[in-house]
Amino acid sequence: MQPNSQHFKANATAALHQPNLQAALKQLELGFVAGRARCYEGLPEFEALRERAESVLNHTLENLDAYLLEYEARVVEAGGQVHWASTPQEAREIVLRICRDADARSVIRGKSMIGEEIGINDALEGAGFEVTESDLGEYILQLGKEPPSHIVAPAIHKTKDEISDLFFDHHQALGFSERLTDRSALVAEARQVLRTRFLDADVGMTGANFLIAETGSNVIVTNEGNGDLSCTLPRVQIVTAAIDKVVPTLEDASMLLRLLARSATGQEITAYTTFSTGPRREPDADGPREYHVVLIDNQRSEMLGSELRPMLRCIRCGACMNHCPVYGRVGGHSYGWVYPGPMGSVLTPVMVGLDEAGHLPNACTLNGRCETVCPVRIPLPDLLRGLRARQHQQRLNSASARWALGAWAWVARRPRLYQFLTGMAMPIMARLGRKSGRFSRMPLAGGWTRVRDLPAPQGSTFQAQWQKRGRNGS
Amino acid sequence: MNSPNPSPRVGLFVTCLVDLYRPNVGFAAVKLLEDAGCRVEVPRAQTCCGQPAYNSGDNEHARQLALQVLEAFEDFDYVVGPSGSCLGMIRCHYPDLFADDAGLKPRFDALCGKTHELMSFLVDVMQVETVDASFSGRVTYHDSCSSLREHAVKAQPRQLLASVDGLELSELEGTDVCCGFGGTFCVKYPDISGRMAADKVAAVEASGADTLLAGDLGCLLNLAGKLRREGKSQRVYHVAEVLAGMTDIKSIGEGER
Ligand code: SF4
Repeated sequence: MQPNSQHFKANATAALHQPNLQAALKQLELGFVAGRARCYEGLPEFEALRERAESVLNHTLENLDAYLLEYEARVVEAGGQVHWASTPQEAREIVLRICRDADARSVIRGKSMIGEEIGINDALEGAGFEVTESDLGEYILQLGKEPPSHIVAPAIHKTKDEISDLFFDHHQALGFSERLTDRSALVAEARQVLRTRFLDADVGMTGANFLIAETGSNVIVTNEGNGDLSCTLPRVQIVTAAIDKVVPTLEDASMLLRLLARSATGQEITAYTTFSTGPRREPDADGPREYHVVLIDNQRSEMLGSELRPMLRCIRCGACMNHCPVYGRVGGHSYGWVYPGPMGSVLTPVMVGLDEAGHLPNACTLNGRCETVCPVRIPLPDLLRGLRARQHQQRLNSASARWALGAWAWVARRPRLYQFLTGMAMPIMARLGRKSGRFSRMPLAGGWTRVRDLPAPQGSTFQAQWQKRGRNGS
Repeated sequence: MNSPNPSPRVGLFVTCLVDLYRPNVGFAAVKLLEDAGCRVEVPRAQTCCGQPAYNSGDNEHARQLALQVLEAFEDFDYVVGPSGSCLGMIRCHYPDLFADDAGLKPRFDALCGKTHELMSFLVDVMQVETVDASFSGRVTYHDSCSSLREHAVKAQPRQLLASVDGLELSELEGTDVCCGFGGTFCVKYPDISGRMAADKVAAVEASGADTLLAGDLGCLLNLAGKLRREGKSQRVYHVAEVLAGMTDIKSIGEGER
């Protein structure tokens, strides 16, 4: 996917004026946010779990190389193959090679964000493979040729009406002649279409919610069972996963799953949780003949060595975006790349470049609601601030902003001068605004007065009045 | 937290917005602190906590201003001010800015340990339970993000407000959601900020309150500005002004009556 993050501001303004999107985003607050809250009310050990999750993941990251090698060894023992890719390009090439070597024609995909990150669908289609997304949301987006707008609910921005149209347009050729409007009828139709694709597919591709070092297994969670089918029916299975998905033990994965489902959708556990280890063995009745894992770095080792390391704890639950007041108003597409919301505002600049995605770390009020809900306690506001510091160091922010900061700091470091200047200015401003109590326009404050008035100051400054009253001060 | 000292020496960190925009809040803070038994001083060598620089990634200037605050305030028993945001900067972020400075880090850690947002200080440290004030009206209270998340201020202002004569509190729907101020965010992304403020204003309306209170002047200027822009009549005060009984002046953004 071509990043479009530099247009964040225009994207956001457009999104604010799309009634369908706004209505869909309201559902997020009512559905996911409320669901998560209900779920944790019944989990008194939530804080203890978070703490454990944080420390297990920190420990894993500290020893990432060792756990990855252990994982690889277990996969190979189980009869699978592990491929290492440092860039999205390498990952795509590996996947294409596996598909070609297997004489595959069609690929069925389980929803995975890493698949979006490396742009696997375009690569597969470009190479002539038939690709079908099997997650209902992703399938809808595939028909509409759109990227996901949420990491858990990729088509959250789509209304039922739009989905009816899409199905009607695309399914007529398959013999479905009616435009359906009923929710369950739409799901049933998608299920029929997808069922044949599952059975026809040569390759099943999924991501991984976790990779387990001690067993060489990968774990995926879904609510539709599509991931399950994607990795059991086709003869070749390919798991694409980022290197930060590995956890030491089965026990660790189970603990994280408790947090994942609750934080993501407000469920105690997802409908399907699938562990796969290697290809089919005697006397398995089904399962793939070949089992491949593509381990992808894509800047993660760089993050591991930087102040952004905590971001690698992310378990992709989406709680940060569900609770983000900016995401909740502008939606995922505004962010212009694969990962939206707070976690995306950290990842996107790292993965597509700080110049392309310069808006994202700044388009945040640092209100901290994301951090308070993040199940693995990623200090998202601090990380965003860290990216702002990188921008400042690399002089990626505007010259006028730098100048203003410098000038303001220069005065602020001279309290007497500061108090002299403000002591003069504020009473004047107060007098100008006395009658109406506010300014509806103000030079140099266009960003403020574009959407709200600027209240007039009260009068003399506090410091001036305090000195006049002869109160103490040093 | 028990205060060992019934009349501690408190350095008031006025905050630049209060200093410039709403001195009444500063005087209200002084009154509340003195009523609680504190000896209040206002160091003159204070301007801004450095947050605008810090949040813009300009850590060098932020450090310079942090040093200025350290020098002006480290001798007090406590540093207190009427803002979750600025006091949060001192308490939560100064130590980070000097994490690699073995000489200064301990001094900033010590400063951090005695720095408090006003509501939290009054209730949690000075154990104030009631105030002597009256206010006639139905108020609603917006939890500013930094008070809520950096100082765990939630019950404290409500507890004190409950003792104000004639005041009725009506809770704000979504009170823990950001109002859209966010420092420079509000001027860099006015459309998003404006929508957030508009939603907050709608919640204020829905609460049925005639007065909006909060503990941070940034939020209050944002919301008062939005209320006025939309032609609404709700009054806007800093919570300290109400608790100190100092609401005899025009509310924030209010014109001549
Ligand atoms: S940053 Fe935290 S809240 Fe956001 S998706 Fe990752 S784990 Fe979930």
